[in-house]
Order: sequence, then C-alpha cells, then structure tokens
Amino acid sequence: MSAEVVDSNPYSRLMALKRMGIVNNYEEIRSFSVAIVGIGGVGSVAAEMLTRCGIGRLLLYDYDTVELANMNRLFFRPEQAGMTKTDAAVQTLVGINPDVDLESYTINITTVDGFKTFIESLTRDNKRKRNTGGSKSGVDLVLSCVDNYEARMVVNQACNELGQTWMESGVSEDAVSGHIQLLIPGETACFACAPPLVVASGVDERTLKREGVCAASLPTTMGIVAGLLVQNSLKYLLQFGQVSKYLGYSALKDFFPTMELRPNPQCANLACRQRQGEYEAAKPARDLAARAKADADAAEAALASKVPVHDENEWNISLVDDDEGVAPLGVVAGQQGSAGYLPEGLLRELPDAEVFDESARTEEAFVKPEGDLDDLQKQLEALNAF
Amino acid sequence: MEGWDVNTKSTVAKIPLLTTRAGPRDGELWTQRRKEEFMALIKYMEMNKAKDSDWFRIAPNADGTKWKGKCWYVHNLLKYEFDLQFDIPVTYPATAPELELPELDGKTAKMYRGGKICLTIHFKPLWAKNCPRFGIAHALCLGLGPWLAAEVPHLVDTGVIQHKEKQSQSSSGP
Ligand SMILES: [Zn+2]
Repeated sequence: MSAEVVDSNPYSRLMALKRMGIVNNYEEIRSFSVAIVGIGGVGSVAAEMLTRCGIGRLLLYDYDTVELANMNRLFFRPEQAGMTKTDAAVQTLVGINPDVDLESYTINITTVDGFKTFIESLTRDNKRKRNTGGSKSGVDLVLSCVDNYEARMVVNQACNELGQTWMESGVSEDAVSGHIQLLIPGETACFACAPPLVVASGVDERTLKREGVCAASLPTTMGIVAGLLVQNSLKYLLQFGQVSKYLGYSALKDFFPTMELRPNPQCANLACRQRQGEYEAAKPARDLAARAKADADAAEAALASKVPVHDENEWNISLVDDDEGVAPLGVVAGQQGSAGYLPEGLLRELPDAEVFDESARTEEAFVKPEGDLDDLQKQLEALNAF
Repeated sequence: MEGWDVNTKSTVAKIPLLTTRAGPRDGELWTQRRKEEFMALIKYMEMNKAKDSDWFRIAPNADGTKWKGKCWYVHNLLKYEFDLQFDIPVTYPATAPELELPELDGKTAKMYRGGKICLTIHFKPLWAKNCPRFGIAHALCLGLGPWLAAEVPHLVDTGVIQHKEKQSQSSSGP
C-alpha cells in the first residue's frame, strides 16, 4: 500500500493517518479478512466503507434480493433490482476497489445447511490468516448487520463455537435508534447471555403505531450505525483509540449511551460457557502479559521522562485491567433477572426465560416423552390425512 | 398474555409443554425433542378436530428440519387455503421458527421478504419467556392462527386475494 501523496494513489489520504500519528500501522488493513452478515441498509454501507479503506478480504452473506423498496437506503441502485444483494454488492464494490478480495454467499445462515456453509466459509484456510490466538476462524472479524433476533442468535452461535470476535449492529424498527456492540466469546457477554439491549427511542410505546407495517427505515440512521460499526472495526483491527463495547444511538434525542456487558456464567449457550471457562483458565497468562507490558511501558516512560505522558495513554483501554479495581460505570453482568442496573436510555428487548412454576405442574401440562419417533410421525400423518 | 384473544389463550394453555432444549444439531437430544414436538402437535390437532376448528396440516422431512403443509381460514363462509412452510433454525428453540406463506409473498405489508409472516410485538417476548417449553404447535397457535384471522379478511376485502372456485365446496382437509 503506497503512502505516496499523488492524485492517482487511492490510499494516500488513508496513509496520511500514519503521518499524523493517529494509526501506526495503517497498511496492515490489507491483511485483514472481515465477514459481513446481512447486506442490507447497514451491511452494504459497511462493506463499501471497508472496501474504500482497502480491507484485504470481505466475505458477504445474504439470501435476499434487491428491491425498489430498498431505494430509501444507501448503496444499491434501482437498476440492480432483482439481483441478489450479494451479487449486486460485489458488482459495485469491485468497481470501487479491485484490490479487495470479495467472496459472496447467497445463503440463509439460520437453516441447518446455510449454517454449515457459513461455518465452512469462516474456517476456510486463507493465506492472509493471522495469528488469531487459538481461534479456529479464518477471518479477523465478523460484522452482524442483520435485521432480526433469529439471525443474530445464529451469528452468536457460530462465533461462540469458533471463538471468533464479532460486532453486532442494529437499527430499531421505528428507524430512530440503533446500536453497535462488541462481542468477544468468553470475555464479554454473548448475545444469548442476557436478553438483547436496545436504545429506547423516546417515543411512547402506546402512541407508536405499528399496525399495517413491519418496519420503517431511514438512510440517515442506517448510515450512522454503519459508520459507528466500521469506525469501531477499524479501531479494533488496527488497534488505535478506544474500542466501544456497546454504543447506542437515539436519533430523537441525539443521545449516545455506552456500557459494558460481562458474560453470564449460567448462559443457556453451551459454547459460550466453554469459552468463558477458557478465558478464565488463561487469566495467569494474561496477567503475565499485562505485567510485562506495564514494565515495558514504564521503561519507555523512563527513557522519555522529559516528555509528558502521551495523551493517548488515558484512552488506551488495554491499560485498564478489568479484573481489579472498581467496575466502570455501566458495567452490567449479563445475568438472569435483568433487574440489574441499566444506564439511562437502554432497555431489554426481550424478557428472560421464566423458570417454570413447579407447583403448577400437572399430569397434562407436559408431553410425556415416550414411544418411537416413527410411530409418532405416523400418528401425525394419520391426523393430516383426514 | 397481553395481545391475544380469549379463545387463543385458552387453547394454547391446553397444548402440552415440551421439556428438551435441543435443536437440529443436537443429535440424540434432537430426536427426543422431535418426539415431544410430534406429541404436542398430535394433541393440538386432535383438540382442533374435536372442536371442529381444524385449520392446518403439517409434516416434517426426514431429519425434522424442514416442515411443509397447508393452513386455511374461513371468511364469509368461504375457505381460503395457503401453503405453509418453515425451517427449524439452528438456534431452535432459543429462537422460534419463522413461518412462511410463500403464496402471499409481496401481497401484504404484514410480511417480511420471502413470505415470512410478521408477528406482533407480543410473540417474541412470550416465546423467550417460555423457552424451551413452547414448540411448533404453540408457534402455530399463537403466531399463525391470529395472523390469518387478522390478515385474510383484510386481504379478501381489499381484493388482494380471491377465492379459488375449487376450494368452495370442501369443508375440511386439503
Ligand atoms: Zn453467553
């Protein structure tokens, strides 16, 4: 990646980030692989941003086609109506930056077959594959840009199984709020650890008219959320600035709540609990590395003792060991019983699973698991037949 | 249970609950869960037939991941019947199956792309609260039944769907 400042170099303004001292390693962007699940109003814009940034490789997943009803959003053009979103995205992105390796998967990841393809594509060996710290994945980051809970739970399942860090994004169905969230299996709450957090729109639910439509959308809200998502991704990949764990956006109030979410030891997701165990087991090694880094930093500071402490340090979260000291404001344990403290403006989208009241258990309340699967299927078919 | 009519509430309360938390990738446990799904569906269909309110047919493929059938709704004494299909998601039962009526794709705003019906804001919270006790029978009763009752009259009255002549004489069954 050339840093030469000439009109013909598409990367010159990006490489200028290095000269200015914002990012020390911008050219590494060419070595990263990012998977984007859901190429809609947020995912397509995120894909374009990463393409223009010179990302190494993009994996795109969607099963939908471009509709004229999507034209209130960015990226897709009317003449692409009828194409799959993945094909249309590749067509446009190749034209913008032919340096990016693009892979497109026209699949529904929530189905058994689609999930298999999803996992295979994420784990496929790749020459760009970096040291991902024990992860089985062949990508550096997964971005979830889907519009429903079911698909988010599937991305969560895949990333928990692979130990793959991912970022979730969402825009509310009333189009006036959104959020992004960083999920590191075992280290932060997974998407199943607690019911999902969403930003309150500030609209009284009782006056919100949902009849007759499923969802509204605005190119502004979606573009803003895509921008927040890719900004956080760049900071995560290139290790500059502070990576947000959860950042909300309320369009009506221009309010941006933030918080952190700890994993739930009782999470219903087995792979999440396994990653939590591994993260716990790796604590001594982590502490050792943190101490070594602190020593190195101290030595460096001593060398540069005449120079005041670099401003960047106070923003560098890697210096904050969250295992010691007071929990930062807004840390929420992703635990059962979501009565726990939530920062202003955030609420749970779904309730916790309720524990069944055993006193209400009667003979008839539950099916009695007995009999042979084929016999039962025949009984159902018999009922279907008349 | 805010958001449902009295009849639906009393019906769903009679569908037996399931106990095994397992999805299609869970091997033996999935077999166990499928037995429970069959038993709950059999009970629900028997109840419907006994009340003369039979309204769907449904059967799975060999591994229980893809279900196909029919559902119908009677409006002004005419029966409107639709193909019904859905996949069991890999994250089932943490997430409910997304019920599809492919023939109505693009014909109503209360539908996502691909013919997936758009459920009320009450459905997902109730499903989440009752995980893993609710199964396919509960999803049909709480999701598809009320959707048909709300949408079919509207689709007929606005002329979006017309009655098919061949369906007019049949009383039950596809
Ligand atoms: Zn979890």
